[in-house]
Amino acid sequence: MTNKARRGIGRRLLPWIVIAAIFAIWELVVRSFGIPQFVLPAPSAIFAAGWKFRVGILDNSLQTLMTTLIGFALAVAFGLIAGIMIGSSSLVYEAFYPALIGFNAIPKVAIVPLLVIWFGIGTVPAVLTAFLISFFPILVNVATGIATTEPELRDVLRALGASPAQIVRKVGLPRAMPYFFASLKIAMPVAFVGSILAETVAANKGIGSLMLVATARFDVALAFAALLVTGLMGMALYWIANLLERRVTGWSIRGASDAVVLHPQG
Amino acid sequence: MSAFVSVNGVSLQYGGAEGTLALQDTTFSVAQGEFVSVVGPSGCGKSTLMKVLSGLWPVSAGHAVVNGREVTKPLDFVGMAFQNPNLLPWRTVLDNLMLPFEIVEQHRNKLRRQRAAYEQKALDLLSLVGLAGSERRMPWQLSGGMQQRVQLCRAIIHDPLLLMLDEPFGALDMFTREELWLVLQDLWIERKPTVILVTHDLREAAFLSDRVVVMSSRPGRIIAECTVDVPRPRRTEQIYEPTISEIVLKLRAQIGAARHTSSGRPENRQIAGPASA
Repeated sequence: MTNKARRGIGRRLLPWIVIAAIFAIWELVVRSFGIPQFVLPAPSAIFAAGWKFRVGILDNSLQTLMTTLIGFALAVAFGLIAGIMIGSSSLVYEAFYPALIGFNAIPKVAIVPLLVIWFGIGTVPAVLTAFLISFFPILVNVATGIATTEPELRDVLRALGASPAQIVRKVGLPRAMPYFFASLKIAMPVAFVGSILAETVAANKGIGSLMLVATARFDVALAFAALLVTGLMGMALYWIANLLERRVTGWSIRGASDAVVLHPQG
Repeated sequence: MSAFVSVNGVSLQYGGAEGTLALQDTTFSVAQGEFVSVVGPSGCGKSTLMKVLSGLWPVSAGHAVVNGREVTKPLDFVGMAFQNPNLLPWRTVLDNLMLPFEIVEQHRNKLRRQRAAYEQKALDLLSLVGLAGSERRMPWQLSGGMQQRVQLCRAIIHDPLLLMLDEPFGALDMFTREELWLVLQDLWIERKPTVILVTHDLREAAFLSDRVVVMSSRPGRIIAECTVDVPRPRRTEQIYEPTISEIVLKLRAQIGAARHTSSGRPENRQIAGPASA
């Protein structure tokens, strides 16, 4: 094995070593200071609780995953469409942007009770909260990507007789893709936050509601286990977004992959 | 030859009545197939003139006529290139060259059926500018000079009647620049579009053009013209020979004077080129 390959494997293992080290130190601190279970459970206790309640945790996390993904999908669709509209027209931008900023400043936790009044408790408020909390970063990024199209490039296309829609399709959208994927990575965990937030207020199913029950029973280990699962789901989705990004916008991470480099003859 | 481009008393003011006056009562014309350079002190409205002629900006007063039509909207027989190569970084060189065909109406409909023929056109053009074999490369894999060659190809690939170049070689080093002058000359001799080149490199203007137009500082207007009567194809060594270097010196004096007076003399003044002197 060459040195380079060995370093490559070392690099791949590095994140797992960091995670393992965090758990090891945590375990050590809890044990050596004798911290009580209901204040901060040791990782071993968390894993034990996770295993013991695996059916309940799985059931509730699937519910949270579903509400998050539906809310997130809505946010992507709405964020893309609104982002394109706001990014390609300064008129739409000026008209809607202040209102959007104002809306974004409202803490979503304040909206959940309203959603409950309108839709009752359960899945719908969680989906809507996930959507409301995560569409803004997507919208802003897509709009920025499109609005910052180089004026000269726009001129080149306009001089050829391109319509504004053609300019957005040929230039605006492709160049907004790196911004879009960057925003997905922000919006994805935020969507989880929205879902879980709504579930702690207004649901009887989902990670949020599970945590509410667990803390009410002082079963802090179970609450941590639920958090751990949420973190894992977040990582998995981030990884998927990353994979997609590399496929769609490989051109923007130049140099990272040598494979793209072609050497023409001469 | 009747004028292909004719600018008659054109003024352009940005941002309403209180705005900056970029062009004032500008009048000049370009014949079909002629290569004309526009030079002048920086900020004199050279680029504004290009925007007007390509129909990107409406004039405040006067008339701009290209190919017998008043310019009121973008014209699809125009090709443009700028100082920045402006290639699409997510497309290969070849796909960058296909962009005009995807947009210009008369090609757009035929592109799908005759893709191979259009691609062949792009490949031919690439080998003409010395980039044969680079069609599958991405723009960031090319040097600045090579990117600029690709941009020239993109500006000319749809056989525009009018080619407008806004300081296309401004960011290149001296040697690359001289190389690209020859590339541009070759392209022009082969395709014979009408060319308007905006530049502040006087040697570039004198070497490449049939005629050089001098603008005053803002608000810009034409203050002098100069014919370069040197047969084609010209060789780069000729820049340093008396014919062209005398023109450069005269242009330099003209612009020096224009920088100190806000707006030159009202009547156009003809500088006698050495050939006509």
